[in-house]
Amino acid sequence: MPEKPKLSVYWASSCGGCEIAVVNLHEKLLDIDRSLDFVFCPCLLDTKVADVEAMADRSIAITFFNGAIRTGENEEMARLLRKKSELLIAFGACSVGGSIPALSNLHSRESHLRTNFLDSPALDNPGGVLPQTRTEVAEGTLELPAFFDTVKTLAQVVDVDYFVPGCPPEPHQIWNIVEAVIQGKPLPPQGETLGAGASSVCAECSRQKEDKTVSRFYRTWEIVPNSSQCLLEQGLVCMGIATRQGCGALCPAVNMPCTGCYGPPDGVRDQGAKMISALGSVIDIGPYKGMTEAEVVAKTDAVLDSLPDLAGGFYRYSMAGSLLRRSR
Amino acid sequence: MKKRISINPITRLEGHGKIEIFLNEDGGVANAYLQVPELRGFEQFCLGRPAEEMPVITNRICGVCPEAHHMAATKALDRLFATDPPSAAKKLRELFYSAFYVTDHTTHFYALGGPDFIVGPDAPPAERNILGVIRKVGLDIGKEVIACRARNHHIIQMLGGRQIHPAAGMPGGWSKSITETERVEIEATARKNIEFSLFTLKIFDTIVWNNPAFRELVTGDTFLHRTYYMGTVDEQNRLNFYDGKIRVVDPDGSEFLKYDAAEYATHIAERVEPWTYLKFPFLRNPGWKGFVDGAKSGVYCATPLARLNVSDRLATPLAQEHFEKFCEAFGTKPAGGRRPPVHHRMATHWARLIELLYAAERMLELATDPEITSPEVRTLPHEVTGVGIGSVEAPRGTLIHHYVTDSKGMLEKVNLIVGTTNNHAAISMSIRKAAEELIRRGQMVEETVLNRIEMAFRLYDPCLSCATHALPGTMPLVVNFRDPAGAVVRSFRRDG
Repeated sequence: MPEKPKLSVYWASSCGGCEIAVVNLHEKLLDIDRSLDFVFCPCLLDTKVADVEAMADRSIAITFFNGAIRTGENEEMARLLRKKSELLIAFGACSVGGSIPALSNLHSRESHLRTNFLDSPALDNPGGVLPQTRTEVAEGTLELPAFFDTVKTLAQVVDVDYFVPGCPPEPHQIWNIVEAVIQGKPLPPQGETLGAGASSVCAECSRQKEDKTVSRFYRTWEIVPNSSQCLLEQGLVCMGIATRQGCGALCPAVNMPCTGCYGPPDGVRDQGAKMISALGSVIDIGPYKGMTEAEVVAKTDAVLDSLPDLAGGFYRYSMAGSLLRRSR
Repeated sequence: MKKRISINPITRLEGHGKIEIFLNEDGGVANAYLQVPELRGFEQFCLGRPAEEMPVITNRICGVCPEAHHMAATKALDRLFATDPPSAAKKLRELFYSAFYVTDHTTHFYALGGPDFIVGPDAPPAERNILGVIRKVGLDIGKEVIACRARNHHIIQMLGGRQIHPAAGMPGGWSKSITETERVEIEATARKNIEFSLFTLKIFDTIVWNNPAFRELVTGDTFLHRTYYMGTVDEQNRLNFYDGKIRVVDPDGSEFLKYDAAEYATHIAERVEPWTYLKFPFLRNPGWKGFVDGAKSGVYCATPLARLNVSDRLATPLAQEHFEKFCEAFGTKPAGGRRPPVHHRMATHWARLIELLYAAERMLELATDPEITSPEVRTLPHEVTGVGIGSVEAPRGTLIHHYVTDSKGMLEKVNLIVGTTNNHAAISMSIRKAAEELIRRGQMVEETVLNRIEMAFRLYDPCLSCATHALPGTMPLVVNFRDPAGAVVRSFRRDG
């Protein structure tokens, strides 16, 4: 019997949701077991790093790499798996765009340190002890990985063959990719996005758009939206318009706005900028004839004031890969 | 020369960790450290965000238990916005949460912790996983396990919007109600879950409890620690995952503390060690005495075993039956006061399955509650109090979210004490003890010995992604000298 192609799934700075999304292939896991040799995945398998180091270069057919790059260890593992893999896939919003971990890029390293180890409500740390990269204990030296100033995407560290968006990617989309690999289908050009559509979430949302404008935005807890009309047109900040299709518009289906986890659609470089430009056509400041420019600006600002968190909201899943990248 | 053994990474858990074992010159264990090399930074980068976003931001602390963070965040928002959800919304939340418990405990038993028993601790590493479990128990049973996870994830998506990282939690309620058709499907799922839980308990009985070698693992001394235990109970001191008071019992089983989540900082303190990014919570009284057992040490444990240890009984009939059987098996009968706790940490696997059954039964109770299809699922808030503290029992322990905001509900302070972090000291102690007992002087340290040491953490089902929500971001050393009131009088800094 010929050797089965090898599959690996690794996590860098991530939550494990991408692993669970793979496990949520459910009965298709059995197909994977039949067709692929699942060789490395710390969440589920007992393979250690030394075992991967011992594998031949490019001997892993496909690696789904999830998680952002924030530590020296994350970067070393990215380099190791790049070397050992035929195809390295940035899998999930963290490795594609930085996602939630990259919200750290809006804050300084010092503020993180102070908040967590020196100034937290339940802390008992009178000596101001902080974790160290090297610590001498009675028995020897203990080491921890170094930390980067800025959270990076996988492609900012190594060459990436394909990108699979989503936080996490939806299982049916993962299966489309795995099935193509199992069946040996020809792959699209390198650098493409897989497991998602080209258009926006609006294209797959069942809510009706009526080209209504809004004079103010609401926080989600301020109103009860109706279940049939576009959430943005009801004044909720729904990111669907600036987000790649692929999930099936799941959040709007339970009356919650899209928060943008599939990243920007095809042809859009910066998801936050796209959202801001899209809002330009939705905001209505009322009749402005006869107003001075200052009055128009003031009215516009009043509407924008009802959007409390532009950077953290519009770049929630794409900060590290965006034009913004980090504050300062 | 001193030797060391590294287990890197530790596997079949959630998140990053490694174990460093130092050996003496004679080959015995000098010490063993669990190091957590990972950090994320939620407590800082959530600052400036609107508080109502926390259920969907803190989801991403953990993809295995996003529902737990989602729920603790949602409950913290209820308090932050001073709003009481309609009764149907509370029931929907608990229903959702029960379905989550079924999938989560199932995943642990069949994919994370269970392979050590089902396939065997000494099986080849390539077999000790969910696929090896299916090969061992057969395709039919394997398909049952897969079907259980699938049907409950379907319910999680139906109620919460998504299979992973749900979206429906809001201050004052839940973003969707359910139809009668949906309710019927949930009820059918709950009934199947009860069957599945009973079946899984039977597997435990056959494969673990009735195997003398495994029974010795569970009832022997290698994995035994006498500590305090923590868990959430209702007014009748019965186990509850969604709501109640936090109860702590001492190593003899007597009630030591019982408090509302909002008072957590009065009772819990967190210690920092320089060799790991994860903090060590402990009970302020009796205080931190090091990595030691006993009533004088503030080390506690918050796990399925801990929850059974703090509960007087379970609220559903079949789970109560199995709970009694469990107590009987360990001979913990009340003598005067409360029933003494079960200190055998490997029994956590059994306790987890009793909780699985409880979750399935509770799911059925809620799915058949006449109020569950009520469309009244939201109370709109009218004020921002500025402080919100909420807690739930995450599968891995008591989970607390604490938010402070400005008058517009924008976050100014965030503190999270997560399930696994509670157990950090206890896990470290279990690893060290297992290493000391299993690594024999003068003997080769086989891979299977190292796996048995890993079993010492797996029983806790740790989620180090959850635990490492905190992030230092840089490594300078800062030493503060404080006066007795805690004010910094002098500060030294060395950049790392």
